[in-house]
Amino acid sequence: MAYLTDRKRAVGRGASKTGTGHFWAMKKSSVALLLLIPFFVFTFGSALGGTYEEILAYYSRPWPALIAALTILVGFHHFNMGVQVLIEDYVHGLASKIAILLMTCLSYGAAAVGIFAIAKLAL
Amino acid sequence: MADVNRGNRPLSPHLQVYRPQLTSITSILTRITGNALLVAALMTVWWFLAAATSEEYFQFANGFVTSWFGDLVMFLSVWALWYHTLAGIRHLIWDNAMMLEIDRAEMLGWLVVIGSGLLTIFTVIVV
Repeated sequence: MAYLTDRKRAVGRGASKTGTGHFWAMKKSSVALLLLIPFFVFTFGSALGGTYEEILAYYSRPWPALIAALTILVGFHHFNMGVQVLIEDYVHGLASKIAILLMTCLSYGAAAVGIFAIAKLAL
Repeated sequence: MADVNRGNRPLSPHLQVYRPQLTSITSILTRITGNALLVAALMTVWWFLAAATSEEYFQFANGFVTSWFGDLVMFLSVWALWYHTLAGIRHLIWDNAMMLEIDRAEMLGWLVVIGSGLLTIFTVIVV
């Protein structure tokens, strides 16, 4: 039973109560990706198609490795926040919570695997 | 009692009552491209993991990523990536309450559509 009146619930917080933090985090990561994505496309793109030895040599250089690791980290963070909004728009109730949990595990799991692999290649 | 119908309110009609417009289609495509990029992102992570594991595993993953199917996914993803990037810039502009007039918003829409096509062609040629 909710004892708060409608007015008390709404005053000072807006209808959704939260959201500006999410918006600002999305904006920060989008500006970061604006810088990272062009570098990543042209470093990864030029490496792709090379032989095993060429790939090992290319990704033991600091610049391509750092660009790839940062792009994967910020990209999956950005993806996770974006897919959360997608889920919240189309899935409701418990299914929504489960879907957000699963996509969060996938996002940060994939980011961790990617960064681990790049670190192993680079070192 | 306050608000007995929480969570089960009727929804107002939305998509089905509007005629498709450039601004709505480009907005929907922003969401589709952003989320579809998961496929290419997971393929890329898998490719890095394979390269870090062994030569045999790299040959397997690299063979898939550079096959005709992998190439098709990567080509479409390059377009999706540039489209989503340009559409993101459009949102960063709109966030400052700029270019929101209908004619200027539509001009931005065309810039996103045409620009993503040109950037994709440029990427394919350079890479």
